[in-house]
Amino acid sequence: MQKKPVALLLAFLSILHCNASAAQDNWLEGEWTAESTLQLRHFPHDPLPQNNLQHNNSASVAMELEYYAAWDDYNKSLTFTPFVRLDQHDDERSHADLREFSYQQVFTRWELRVGISKVFWGVTESQHLVDVINQTDQVENIDGEDKFGQPMIKASMERDWGILDLFILPGFRERSFQGIEGRPRPLLVVDTDQTSYESSAKQRHIDYALRWFNYLGDIEIGLSYFNGTSREPLLIPDSNNNSAVLIPYYPQMQQAGLDAQLTTAEWLWKLELIARDWQAMDNNAQLIDQRFVALTGGFEYTFVGIAQSAADLGLVAEYLYDDRDEEATSFFQNDVLLGLRLAMNDTKSSEALLGVIHDLDNQEFMLSLEASRRFAHHWTASLEVRSFNRVDNNSPLAAIARDDFIQLDITRYF
Amino acid sequence: MNRLTQLKYSILSLLLVTVCSPLYAQTDAEARGLEIAKEADKRDTGFVDFTASMKMELKNQQGQSSIREVRAQTLEVIGDGDKSLTIFDSPPDIRGTASLTFSHALQPDEQWLYLPALKRVKRISSKNKSGPFMGSEFAYEDISSQEVEKYTYKYLRDETLDGIDCFVVERYPAYEHSGYTRQVVWVNKQEYRPEKIDFYDRKNTLLKTLNYSGYQQYLNKFWRPDVMHMVNHQTGKSTTLSWSDYQFKTGLTERDFSRNSLKRAR
Repeated sequence: MQKKPVALLLAFLSILHCNASAAQDNWLEGEWTAESTLQLRHFPHDPLPQNNLQHNNSASVAMELEYYAAWDDYNKSLTFTPFVRLDQHDDERSHADLREFSYQQVFTRWELRVGISKVFWGVTESQHLVDVINQTDQVENIDGEDKFGQPMIKASMERDWGILDLFILPGFRERSFQGIEGRPRPLLVVDTDQTSYESSAKQRHIDYALRWFNYLGDIEIGLSYFNGTSREPLLIPDSNNNSAVLIPYYPQMQQAGLDAQLTTAEWLWKLELIARDWQAMDNNAQLIDQRFVALTGGFEYTFVGIAQSAADLGLVAEYLYDDRDEEATSFFQNDVLLGLRLAMNDTKSSEALLGVIHDLDNQEFMLSLEASRRFAHHWTASLEVRSFNRVDNNSPLAAIARDDFIQLDITRYF
Repeated sequence: MNRLTQLKYSILSLLLVTVCSPLYAQTDAEARGLEIAKEADKRDTGFVDFTASMKMELKNQQGQSSIREVRAQTLEVIGDGDKSLTIFDSPPDIRGTASLTFSHALQPDEQWLYLPALKRVKRISSKNKSGPFMGSEFAYEDISSQEVEKYTYKYLRDETLDGIDCFVVERYPAYEHSGYTRQVVWVNKQEYRPEKIDFYDRKNTLLKTLNYSGYQQYLNKFWRPDVMHMVNHQTGKSTTLSWSDYQFKTGLTERDFSRNSLKRAR
């Protein structure tokens, strides 16, 4: 966390706060909310002999607070969302972040957000190719859904021709990686003390991005462009005090993205497509320029009111493609996701999502189950199971082949 | 729709009209039913926009209850279904979730959901107007905007309901995916507002009864109930929906019902 921008932002916000307080009649009381989670993880398989510091069971607690205040008829607002997790074993997973610390102002024809914030782009379920503004908080979960807050200045215009968002992104957040006791993780520990960058400005490189979005009846289309430091690092084998480690290297990248969804009565058709120019590592661990194309496409079909109940059953199918083939830095270069989504529509909001991602080039498949329900007014429970099966020894998945896990989250909301 | 499909539809409807017109001939009862629906619609036209808070109490057969709280903003759209933005306040795990709906009489609604944890706006399929709203006994179609075109009508009789003179009108959903075969509505003769509705399921068995109470008049014209009580006769469950903080003509515009406004909804 860079201290200077935060201090500046704090000063800026306190000035705004004073202005707002002066206009008492427009001031809306700020509101604090919070959620706190106890998480238990069980890894049924013993770790690899060389990773004997890893554990089969681990517990952690997480807390997210949120302060929200709005005034001037909701045209000005402030959001402050600190997050912290304490993990029993993994020092890297014990971490804190400002998920959000931003000021937003709505003008007649556009809106502005300044501060640390989060943005989501895209439509697909299995992976989020076009979504590149925020860094992944990977120690939270390997599904890539958890993100770090990103410092940004965002201007958004909503007109007849659609929504145009412009981003200036000062300050870079490094991806988080599990520590030596953490699971699941690569065979080697990722040494974030030796992180390197293509840009000499390192984490102070100022990135920019833009996105246009529009919808015409049943079709929604987004076009995006990003120029700056890649959120995804290359992991370069190296050593630290004679022990082998992986060092994250963040190249510069230019990425163009398209996301589209067609919504009909029962069907959702989805497509995400990206083209990225960046650096890659060749077979001799040399950096070379690379351009690649990747896509995710598929559908979700929903059977409503199955078996004369209130429950809905959704069928999800997506194809994941990456033209780098075996050189792909993602796990998915020619894979298919098949999923079942069950929503009971009951008072406890019981839901489950079962998914299998199958690699069409070999026999590997990843299985995941996410289920959740509310068991009291302020409490929810969720269960997550991930399992990696028939993993080839040469596969990028080999490192986590023994890291199947079951996770239980009990959350209390305040 | 492309021209070819349009052409197909016109031919098809022409055929239908020719073949079926004897069946479609309006009886007096149908004309009277439609007239009542139109009058009710006319009396509720011109509210422009309103905001309100809603609290639901869901009860199961054992008497256990759970609470839901939402705030809603609605923009009147003349000649089509209204636009509405709903913000979920309780239970706390879905706090901050918001939905934006452009409702339509006969077409599926356009609907978006904002998920605050992911900051994600999802366009969702909205065919399922018959599904339960937040696990309650209210289906989406029970609480969405009421348009004349959503039903065909038949006047049944006059009847006194708890001392109120009512028209009893039967209506048949025009939407093909509706969860009902028919509804019987008790319409207050003086104010043309619904006092009670019986809902019949797809097998034409009595499923639910909705009672309206605590009507208040806003802007000297628009009647809104404080309480809507729905009982499910088949499961014994019930939902009591209480409205408060009604405000009309608050100055909402189309811009308050956009994707960006959905993302900032609090």
